[in-house]
Order: sequence, then C-alpha cells, then structure tokens
Amino acid sequence: MTHRQRTIFAFSILAALLLFVGFGQSWSVALVIINLCLVSAVMALGLNLQWGYAGLFNAGVMGFAALGGVAAILVSHAPVEEAWSAGGGNLLIALGLFALTVAVGYIVHRRMAAGNARRLVMLGVILIGYWSFRGFFSDAVRAIESVDPVRTGFLGGLGMPIIFSWVVGGLFAAGVAWLIGRIALGLRADYFAIATLGISEIVVALLKNEDWLTRGPKNVSGLKRPVPYEVELQSSDWFIAAIERLHAGALSSAASAAERQDILAQFIISGSSIFVKLCYMGLFGTVLLIVLGLSVRALNSPWGRMMRAIRDREDAASAMGKNVIFRHRQIFILGSAIIGVAGAMLTTIDGQFTPGSYNPLRYSFLIWVMVIIGGSGNNLGAVLGGFLIWFFWIEAEPASLWVLGHAIAVLGDGSAIAQRMIDAAPHMRQLLMGLTLIMVLRFSPRGILPEYVRHIR
Amino acid sequence: MTEFLNAIILLSNFVIIPALSYGSQLALGALGVTLVFGILRFANFAHGDLMAFGTMVTIFLTWWLQSLGVSFGPLPTALLALPAAIVITALFALLTDRLVYRYYRRIKAVPVVYIVASVGVMFVLNGLVRILIGTEDQLFSDGQKFIIHANDFKQMTGLSEGLSFKVTQGLTIALAVLVVAALFWFLQRTRTGKAMRAYSDNENLALFSGINPDRVVMVTWIIAASLATIAGVLYGLDKSFKPFIYFQLLLPIFAAAIVGGIGQPIGAIVGGYIVAFSEIASTYVYRKFLIYVMPESLEPTGMAQVLPTEYKFAVSFVLLVVVLLVRPTGIFRGKVL
Repeated sequence: MTHRQRTIFAFSILAALLLFVGFGQSWSVALVIINLCLVSAVMALGLNLQWGYAGLFNAGVMGFAALGGVAAILVSHAPVEEAWSAGGGNLLIALGLFALTVAVGYIVHRRMAAGNARRLVMLGVILIGYWSFRGFFSDAVRAIESVDPVRTGFLGGLGMPIIFSWVVGGLFAAGVAWLIGRIALGLRADYFAIATLGISEIVVALLKNEDWLTRGPKNVSGLKRPVPYEVELQSSDWFIAAIERLHAGALSSAASAAERQDILAQFIISGSSIFVKLCYMGLFGTVLLIVLGLSVRALNSPWGRMMRAIRDREDAASAMGKNVIFRHRQIFILGSAIIGVAGAMLTTIDGQFTPGSYNPLRYSFLIWVMVIIGGSGNNLGAVLGGFLIWFFWIEAEPASLWVLGHAIAVLGDGSAIAQRMIDAAPHMRQLLMGLTLIMVLRFSPRGILPEYVRHIR
Repeated sequence: MTEFLNAIILLSNFVIIPALSYGSQLALGALGVTLVFGILRFANFAHGDLMAFGTMVTIFLTWWLQSLGVSFGPLPTALLALPAAIVITALFALLTDRLVYRYYRRIKAVPVVYIVASVGVMFVLNGLVRILIGTEDQLFSDGQKFIIHANDFKQMTGLSEGLSFKVTQGLTIALAVLVVAALFWFLQRTRTGKAMRAYSDNENLALFSGINPDRVVMVTWIIAASLATIAGVLYGLDKSFKPFIYFQLLLPIFAAAIVGGIGQPIGAIVGGYIVAFSEIASTYVYRKFLIYVMPESLEPTGMAQVLPTEYKFAVSFVLLVVVLLVRPTGIFRGKVL
C-alpha cells in the first residue's frame, strides 16, 4: 500500500467505527465521542510537535492541559467583586513583592560573581522576600476564600466569552513551558521525562489547593458556553421550524394533531442536544484543521527539515550551526501551547473545571499512546491516534461488559465471580491500552501511519 | 527541662518516626529504580505499579493464610506471605523482561524507547491490579498494633506528650536496615554482585572480561522486584493499600533516586530519607513545638507551618527540580545524564 492509500484506509476504518456507534448506540453518544476525539487529536498534535518533530519526551501533558482549563475559568467566569474588594489589594501587594523578590534575586545572580557570597545573598533575598509577601498573601487568601464560600470564595474571572480562553490557555501553557524549558531542556531524555512529569504534578497540586484562584476541590461549574443552550433552542421558532422541515415525513404520518405535537416535542428535544454537539464539533473541527494545517506546513518547511535534522543527528545539526537548545525550547513552547488550547477546549465542553480529575495516566500517558500508535512525526497519524485511542478508551468498557454479558449468560450466573468480573470491566481499558502500546512499539514502532518525508528529486 | 523534653517527644512522634519509616519505604523503592537504571540504563516508569502488583499478591496470600487460621503472633501475617509474593513478583518481572525489554537490548534501542515500553508495562500492571483486586482501600495489617502506645508512654515518663511507635513502623525500619545490609553485602562481596557493579560501571569492559549479561540482567530484575514488593508491602502495612497511591509514589521514588545520585545504591537510601524528611518536616505544624521551646514572649501566633499539608507530595518534586538545577548528578555523583 502506498502512503496515501494507507492513510485513506485507516481513516475509513475510523469513520466506520464511529458510524457503527452512531447506528448501534446513539448519535448523541457518537457525537460526544467525536468531540472528545477532536480535543484529543489537538493534544496529540501538540505532543507530536514535541516528540515527533524534535524527539522531546514531554511527560507533563497533564500540566499544560490543566493550565488551559484554568484559562477557561479565568476568562469566562464573572468577576467576584466582593472577593476583589475584600482581598484584591493585599493580593496585588503580595504579587508585587513576589515579583520584586524575583527581580532582585535575578539581578544579584547576574551581577555578583559565583561563590559562597552570592549563595548567601541569594538565600537572604529569598528569605526576606518570602517573609515579606507571605503575610499579605495569607491575609488576602483568607479574605477572598471567606467571601460566600459555598458559591464563590474565589476571585472569579474576567467575564468574557469562553472562546477567548482557548488563546489564553495556549499563552498560559506557553509561559509555563518557557519556564520548564529553562530548567529541564538539555537533560537526557529520562531526566527530562521525569522532570516534566514532576512539574506537571506541581502545577496540578497548585490548582487543586489555591482555592482563591480556582476554588480548588470545590470545582468551578456552570461555565458559559460558546454555543446555544438546549433550552433556548427548544423555545426558538427558527429551530422548531427547521426540525419540522427535517422530520416532515414522520410528522405527516401522525394520526391526530395531539400525536403530531408529541412526536414533534420529542424530535425537538433530541434535535436540540444533537445540534449543540454539532456546534461544538464545528468549533473544535475548525481548531483542529487550523492546527493541522499549520503543523503540516511547518513540517514541510525548511524549519521542519531543520527540526528533523536536530532530532536525528543532534551533533551534526549543531556542527552545521543550528542552535539546538534554542530550537528545542522553541518547539517545546509551541507544542505546549497547542496542548494548552486543547485543555481549554476540554474545560469548555465539560462546562466545569475540576482540578481533582487531572491524573497523569489519562492526561499524559494516554496522549503518548495516541501519538506513538498513530505514528510519531506524522500529523495525520497523530490525529488518527487521537481519534482511535480515545474511541477505544471510551468504548472498551461497554464492549467488555457486552462480552462479559454473553460470557455470564453462557456460564450461568455465578453471582460472586460474575459481579467481580463486572466490577473489573472498566479497568480492561488500561490493560488493553498497555498491551496495544507494547505490541505497536515492538512490531510496528513507527505507528499506523509512519512518518513520511517528501524528498526533493 | 520538661518543656524541652516534651518538645523533643512531640517532634519524634509527628516528624522523626513517621519520616524514618516513610523514608525507609521510599529508599527501598528508590534502590529498585536505581539498580534498574544502573544495569539496564533506563528510568522504569512501571516501578510504582510493580510495587502495587507485589503488594496485591501479598494481600491475596495473606487472606488465604488467614482463612487457614495461620497467624504470626504479634507480627502481621503478611510477613509470612511475603517470600512467596516476592517469588511471584520476580517471575512476573522476568516475564516482562523476556517479552518486552529483551528485544530492545538486542537492537540496542535508545533509552527513550525503553521508557515508552515501560509506560506500556505500567498501563498493563495498572489495569491488571485494578481488575484483580479493585480500586478500593485494602487494610491487611493484623497482629499487635503498637510497640509503645502514647498513653503508656505518658504514664511511664510522666510527660504531657505521648510517643507512639507502631509495630509497622518498627518493622519497616528494621526490615529496611536488614534488606539494605544484605543488598550491600551482595553487591560488594559476592561474585554476581561484583559482576553487576562492573557491568553498571563499564558495560563493554565487563562483557570483555566474560561477564554474562543475561545473568546480570536477570539478577537485577529479581532484586528490583523483591525490593519493590518489600517496599510496597511495608507501605501498605503502615498506611493502606490503594492502587492509585502506589502509582503516585513513583514520583517521590524517582526524586529520591535522583537527589541521591541515580545509579548509586547509597544515594537512593540517603535520597529516600531526604525526600521523606523534607515532605513531612515542611508540612508539619510547628506551633505546639515552638510553644514548648520558645520563651513566652516569642510564642507564635499562627500555625508556624512552612507549607500547607496538601503540598506534601509536591515537596519532593520541588526538591527534584532544585537538584536538577544545582547539581544534576545528585549528592553522590551518580551517572551523568
């Protein structure tokens, strides 16, 4: 099979799987899966940039996704005026002192010669800085968190449309990636992986516990949507008219006017939920196409060739005058920004930010599985991986329950064992995912759609 | 004077003893990571879940023993189940090596490929443990609970602060000392141990002098699996067994191994205690302690806590980052990464 045939074949199978869910389970379920597949695909594209183009093992995808989620609440939630007036002043003073400490520390680090004297002065700066902002900070936090803690207890956001947060999420992630890059890039792959994993845990720990910013374990829910609400649709005339036209056949066969009204009401309810999901699909699909288009162009540009050269022969590329560390930092920031965008999208569709739900298995390592199985270095491969792996991650449970149902029916209802097996069904997906990863890595290490380099003849 | 004694007892009860036992558990885990790193030259992301697997096997065997009516007197029954569990876990580790890692040694893959493979193994173990035992908390400690009970201590000494010393804490520290002593004796004195150190130091030279690499790798996996099982069981006895917590332990363990200097057994031990002490000491509320030691005029008004308790886990990562910045080879000059 040529490269093109292989790509078409793989995506056809994917489409067939999704259609199967649509006809077999329901279109609503299929659309939910597709929307999360789209988000996963964007995340996978971001990681593919880092791993596929540059060979950076970023195990901290979770942290960047969570930063995107924070952006969603900070942009879209209405500001909590009382919290600002209660603790805003002190908080700004504390942040100012913190910034001052960092600035003084930086200047000391730059100006003084390395040695014990500098260490001592640095330690002094840090201790004095910590001591001075800590008081303001804890006062501010206490004041903010005591403002109506059941409903708010945090600063809120800017009250802007949530769609802006997708950009802001990307910027947040890029900023943190810059910082991480300063610390961890240049280390050997294992160390880089561990460091990013650790830093992403720190980021999530902060989001879980800084209640004044994110409400922490109390979660922020009811975020404004970028798409219409079902209730609004159900009462708007144009939507009802559209549904009537769409189901004209079914409606005309109704025996009485009352029956017709009943059927129409049902169509409107199910139609509105599908319409909302289609809107999300349109938005997410647009983002995916933009990111995909830019990634493909970047990969085929001189910049992309340089990145691959750095990945494959770092020393040679360096000898040719390429600034390896700078390029690594650049691509790490770019990839992380894309992951941040995807993280904001995820919080948008969930409509809530739950810091407790971020765990590395689902947000870091699963994205890894997507990129590696899809085909590292191939953008369409990453998209395919994002779709396929998310599909199996979601469908593994119903599928194994279905298989188990038949097995139990055949074996007879051996109560305790049957119950045990049903409890175990949700965890089949980890097992299957692990086995798939190991098999693909062993027998097809370049993934389903291998990296494809256009050679100039 | 009593004030001062009370302060010391308070600190031992809430910081020193818990940190010693937690540190021992981390040290045993980090030793496994560091040995695999020294010999196989990759960071094993599946180590936390290997600990969970070993502990799970131990729990099943313990339940079986308990159902037979077997008990170990004042000590937990799990200790009787431990040797068999170690054998099963070691066999499992050897199986994963045979099925997964050996191929990459053959083709001399780069370290990143090993890490990805270990992530695959991690997923498999993760699913396996949850399928077999579920996700809930499992308490499997039995036998006597305390060596010294807080109330007994108060009566014995007449101090107002009590010191409690749990059997599981004592057991952890004692067993850790024994295991580490045995491991060092093995590495320093036996032929196989010397072969392992030689292989870790310079692979080609070791192969040249006739060391059998397959045997070295096999022994490494057996030791790593044994250490993982022991560490996991001790942690589970001390706290409780919950698969997700074991996955989370991976990071403090990595931190311990790297802070001490990866590839250096002694570094793993020191690193384990450093991580444990900094986690517990930085999140402890010193208020009561300061009231005891400070003169009345200087007594604290706040909690006197460096960091909120929720940041306990994060402390180890901060430590990790600081070490990466200041001294990437760790305290004991491990492998240069």
